[in-house]
Amino acid sequence: MSGTDILALAACGLVAIGLYGVVAQAEVLRKIIAFNLLGAGVFLLFGVVARRGAAAGLAADPVPQAMVITGLVVAFAATALALVLTLRLHQITGAATVAEDPPSGAAPDPASEP
Amino acid sequence: MTAGLLFDLMMALAVLGTAAWTLAARTQFAAVIGFVATGLLLSLVWVRLGAVDVALTEAAIGAGATGVIILYVVARLRGGTAEISAATPSRAQRALAALLAVAVGGVLALAVLNLPDPAPSLAEAALAGSAPLGLGNPVSAVLMAHRGLDTLLESVVLVFAVLAVWSMAADHRWGGAPGPVFRREESGPLSLLARVLPPVGIVVGIYIAWVGADAPGGKFQGGTILAAMWILPWIAGLARPPSITDWRLRLMIAAGPLTFLCVGLAGFAVADGFLSYPPSFAKPLILLIEAAMTLSVAAALACLIAGPPERRLPPESMAADRR
Amino acid sequence: MSVVIGIFSAVCVLAGAFFFLAGTVGLIRFPDTLSRVHALTKADNLGLGLIVLGLLPLASGAGVALKLVLIWALVLVGGATAAQLIGAAAAKDER
Repeated sequence: MSGTDILALAACGLVAIGLYGVVAQAEVLRKIIAFNLLGAGVFLLFGVVARRGAAAGLAADPVPQAMVITGLVVAFAATALALVLTLRLHQITGAATVAEDPPSGAAPDPASEP
Repeated sequence: MTAGLLFDLMMALAVLGTAAWTLAARTQFAAVIGFVATGLLLSLVWVRLGAVDVALTEAAIGAGATGVIILYVVARLRGGTAEISAATPSRAQRALAALLAVAVGGVLALAVLNLPDPAPSLAEAALAGSAPLGLGNPVSAVLMAHRGLDTLLESVVLVFAVLAVWSMAADHRWGGAPGPVFRREESGPLSLLARVLPPVGIVVGIYIAWVGADAPGGKFQGGTILAAMWILPWIAGLARPPSITDWRLRLMIAAGPLTFLCVGLAGFAVADGFLSYPPSFAKPLILLIEAAMTLSVAAALACLIAGPPERRLPPESMAADRR
Repeated sequence: MSVVIGIFSAVCVLAGAFFFLAGTVGLIRFPDTLSRVHALTKADNLGLGLIVLGLLPLASGAGVALKLVLIWALVLVGGATAAQLIGAAAAKDER
């Protein structure tokens, strides 16, 4: 077993941990964090594939690397949007989860003050 | 070799450990810290995988910028514990989720360990394609030339993300400056850092973007540093973000994708199609796109970090709106 | 000559690694925020400084050496500021 194989297993573990977090946690914010962990695991799998494709004197195949760089930036943009939606949901309904029944004592929308 | 193997094993365990700790953390704040720690360890893993460009991006965007925006939301979310515990899945559901996660992870692991050997590789093709462009960094060559369409679309995604974040503003806040107001710090460590660091940081950011043509670095890594150099004086209360209706801000955000698109369309006239460069003029064109993109990435990331407008409009601009 | 430089580098980097280890142990073992920050910044600044010092003779040129020193300087500034801010926040919590 090579070092790259060990890191490949770590990537699979990261995907599993992230997936569990997305499914089993209630708070939207924690789901977003877990989703980012899941994404990091998927990116790492790309890295393992890139490393295995090392050739022509390069340490790793540049094509998967470029895709991961693209992916990281898009993941950041998606996370930023998800967080703003979470914050807006919280401002309007006072909820920190997306459970069926929002809490009864909903906070008033601070943005709707005159 | 064994030392390297041992290091890889330690890194793998550390990454998985911090990731698990992130899920188990009692407070949201601790969870974010765990996430950032995982991200920083991951950038070390990327170095081990020979992908220094990705390591820089992971440290800057994956851990740094993402950590900042999550922390910023954590500070403002106040979820009731009753609501959270009511919505938390039951023990049986969580066991099922764990089963699902282990199954997916296990199947993935089987697939990864049984990848074909020797692995298919585009390294030689990418290297052969990057020499005529005058780029010494094959990853930049892939980003700018071979998969230029991906990068163009990605730069447009950033613009759309900024638009989407801005559109979360309450109606009467539209046109205000993004993000909350920070108290102006006349003295103290943060104020000192916000005055001393940006001159150095801006040079470093531009350098990282510039050096990307030949060495690890590039517009995303450099642009993130530039964005941070603007965020710092903002948090210290020394600088104010411009209004989201300011045309200069909008031009900064759109300049990169527009330049990219124009050069791509010019490819029909002067080369053999969309996003192809004339061989004798490839490097200056790529540098032009990179320069505009660095500016746009910096502006877009700064806007994504600042968030939607939250302030009331200053009186004079309200009057201008009513006119 | 190269043997001397090699030994110098190895000793410096090892000493730096030791300070990192000490700082990490301090971070985990010390009881309160202020002493943890103390352990972390003192050890990390010195540890990274020693590692940079050890790598300097191995740098391929003046530019690389300058970049190494710049990295250390930036970490010093960042670490010192973060330590001050954390310390101030901890002091505020105690009051």
